[in-house]
Formats: sequence, structure tokens, C-alpha cells
Amino acid sequence: MTQQTATAKKTVHLIIERQDGPNSPAYTQEFVVDYVPGMNVIACLMAIQRNPVDKDGNPVAPVAWEMNCLEEICGACMMVINGKPRQACSAIVDQLEQPIRLKPARTFPVVRDLVVDRSRMFDALKKVKAWIPIDGTYDLGPGPRMPEKDRQWAYELSRCFTCGACVEACPNVNERTSFIGPFAISQARLFNEHPTGKMHREERLEALMGEGGIHECGNAQNCVQVCPKGIPLTTSIAAMNRQVNAYAIGSWLKK
Amino acid sequence: MAQVKPHTDYMLRRLHTLSGVIPVGLFLLEHLFTNATATKGAASFNNAVGAIQSIPLLPFIEFFFIFLPLVYHGVFGLYVAFTSGYNAGQYSWGRNVMFTLQRITGIITFVFIIYHTWTTRFSGHAPTFDMMHHLVQNPAYLWFMIIGVVAATFHFANGMWSFCIHWGITVGQRAQRVTAYVSMLLFVVLAGIGVDAILAFTHSA
Repeated sequence: MTQQTATAKKTVHLIIERQDGPNSPAYTQEFVVDYVPGMNVIACLMAIQRNPVDKDGNPVAPVAWEMNCLEEICGACMMVINGKPRQACSAIVDQLEQPIRLKPARTFPVVRDLVVDRSRMFDALKKVKAWIPIDGTYDLGPGPRMPEKDRQWAYELSRCFTCGACVEACPNVNERTSFIGPFAISQARLFNEHPTGKMHREERLEALMGEGGIHECGNAQNCVQVCPKGIPLTTSIAAMNRQVNAYAIGSWLKK
Repeated sequence: MAQVKPHTDYMLRRLHTLSGVIPVGLFLLEHLFTNATATKGAASFNNAVGAIQSIPLLPFIEFFFIFLPLVYHGVFGLYVAFTSGYNAGQYSWGRNVMFTLQRITGIITFVFIIYHTWTTRFSGHAPTFDMMHHLVQNPAYLWFMIIGVVAATFHFANGMWSFCIHWGITVGQRAQRVTAYVSMLLFVVLAGIGVDAILAFTHSA
């Protein structure tokens, strides 16, 4: 009886693209792990970590990946799963075609296996000043209020967790351009909409006109398809095109 | 203080999208309209050509409002096509396919326009119905013309969709979706007009 269940045991087949270090060559390894009802890709990776052997039982180095919240709000576990960039935590095995193919998001430098270095995203956020400066030497008092109808759509933009799926899917983020990526444009829109953030809107628009700015977008619109939070990135880009162009023409006429 | 940053890339890109519509796109519409007179017979086409020839300061207008913007749009467009990435194989969503097609049709149109102007505008012959009739007698030339016109009208129609986003006209998703349908309708109509005119030249005067 026990033997029968053992032979009938459901398994999950994974093909993982691996890389030992930033400059090492990539290679693929196949793994088979025990199926657990409701399991996600992270659970598969944890199973490999507990028993790091490949499909044929040969011992291998455990697969490295990043994770944190496990509920699709931190963005850390973004990887290319069956050809699409998404969060490994919300990638449920039952909903995936097997073998499950995992790859690192190669638009970023690979650190090891599925771990990538997303520094360029944080550099982009710094570039567009995606924050609201309120620090000072004395209490500036409460800022202006935000209209509720604006807050509602701005909240959607604030759900961006810098996972990098949009950057991975964008054809115009490549080694021939310095495009900052769709998310940064959307974040500039978010902070330009905020009543206090608005006080620095020109600085963000200047940044979007700078190197790798909004003009590098080619409207392939993959970003909006892959965004795990359903952020209207293409609307943000068009809205910022409007702001940037109006600012560019306006400031030229004022000179 | 915010330091002055160079906005050269931004300016060149925006000039590229603008030149594609004004004046290159407008010229395309005018050109298709003139060609369409061929469907009314040789005399009608020759009259339309004559009317254009009688425009004052024509060489000046041709150079500054057609030639220069066209060369800029074409050459910078090649650079854009080169720096773009192509991943429509991995991400086959409609807009990404259109993104790829926009660049492919741009390159086809670039090659087409060079050969087309070489054999007509810069051929040293007067642009008459007979000249075109003679050219399209060659089936290879005829097919080249048809492919060129279809590519150019697609590039223009789909480019209009993209232009509306680059200039912040269509912001919302619904607006972008509606203009996508309108642009494809525009493509079908313009390609139809263009191909119809080419076929008109195959009939002898």
C-alpha cells in the first residue's frame, strides 16, 4: 500500500537556468520535487534547498534566489517563470505548465542563479526624485490636502514595489539604450500628483527629459501586461509625456 | 539648484515623432491623393502633376518641407530601430507585435523611398502617367511598389497612434485602444487608395 502511494506520488519538474557568479557562464539544471497541494514556485525552490540534488540524484549546489514577504507586496522574488517575468511567490504550481522553467531576469546583472542586482532601478528612482522632500530645520506645518478623487488613482501607482518585471519585459531597456524603465516614469507621476510633491515637479520633469528619460519609450506596452500590481503604466507614461512636453515648450518660451 | 541638463536626446526624439506627422505624414496623404487621380485616367493624373509643378517656389518647398524632414525622419528612424530591442517572440502581445512591425515597415519604407525617388523624382524624366505606366510594366517593380505603399501607410497609421501617446494626447487606456482601432482603419483605407492607384498605372493610357 505504502509502496503504491510512493510510485503514484505527484512530482513537480523544474528546469532552472543557473549561474555561479556574476561573470560565470549560464547553465541549466533539472530538478524534480515532491508535489504539495497549493504549492508555489518558492516552495519548489525551498524543497531543492532542503535536498539539493538534480533530477538524476546528483548532489548540486542549492539554487539561490531572493524572497521576502511571500504575499506579492515586496517584489524581491521577481524572476522569469515560463517565459514571463513575475513573482515566484504568487506563481502557483497548479496554474503553471510543466516543466516549470525558471530564469533570472537578465535585463539586470545576475548575482547568482536567480538573484539579480536591481540597483539600476533605485538609481532611476533617485534620478527622477521619487520622494517628497519635507525635511528642514523647523516644522513646516501640515502640507496641502490631496483631493480624494486624485488620491484614489494615485494609490494605484503607489503599489509599485520595484520588482523590475516591467524593466525586464521592456524591449527598449537594453544594452544600446540607457532607458530608466516604465516604473520610474509612473513614480514621477505619483509624486508630481501629490500636493507637496508637486512643489518639485519641474525637477522630476527635467530628469525625465534627461538621459534615458521618457523619450526612450517606444510604446511596446509590455510593461502594463507584466505588472503584477496592475499599475496603469502606459497611462502614466502618456500622462507624463503630456507634462514633460508642456513643460519643455513652456520653459523654452519663457527663456 | 537644479542644474541645466542636456536635453538633446529628448529634442531629437520628439522632433522625430513630430516630423513623421508634420510634414512627412501630410505629404504622404497629399501624394496618395495625387496618385489616386490616376484612377480617373491619364489626363486627370497629368493635370494633377501639372498643378503641383505650377506651385511657386516649388524647389524650395520640396527641399525644406519634404526632403529635409524625410531624410531626418528616415535616418534617425534607422537609429531608433537599431537601439530598440525586439522581444515579440517571447512577449507576443498585440502592441509589442505592432512595435516590431512599426520598425520593420519603417526600414522597408526607407529602402522603398530611396528606390522610388531614384526611379521617379531623380530619374531625369518628367513625372507623367506614361512614365509610371512604363515602370509598372515590370512585375518586380509593381510588387515593390505595392509592398512599399502598404509598408508606408502602415507605418504612418500606426505611427499616428504612437504619436498621440508621445505627445500626451491619448492618455487613458480606452483612448489608446480606440485610437488603435482608428489607426488600423486608416491603414486599410490608405493602403487601399495607394494600391488602387498603382494598379491604375498598369492600364495603358
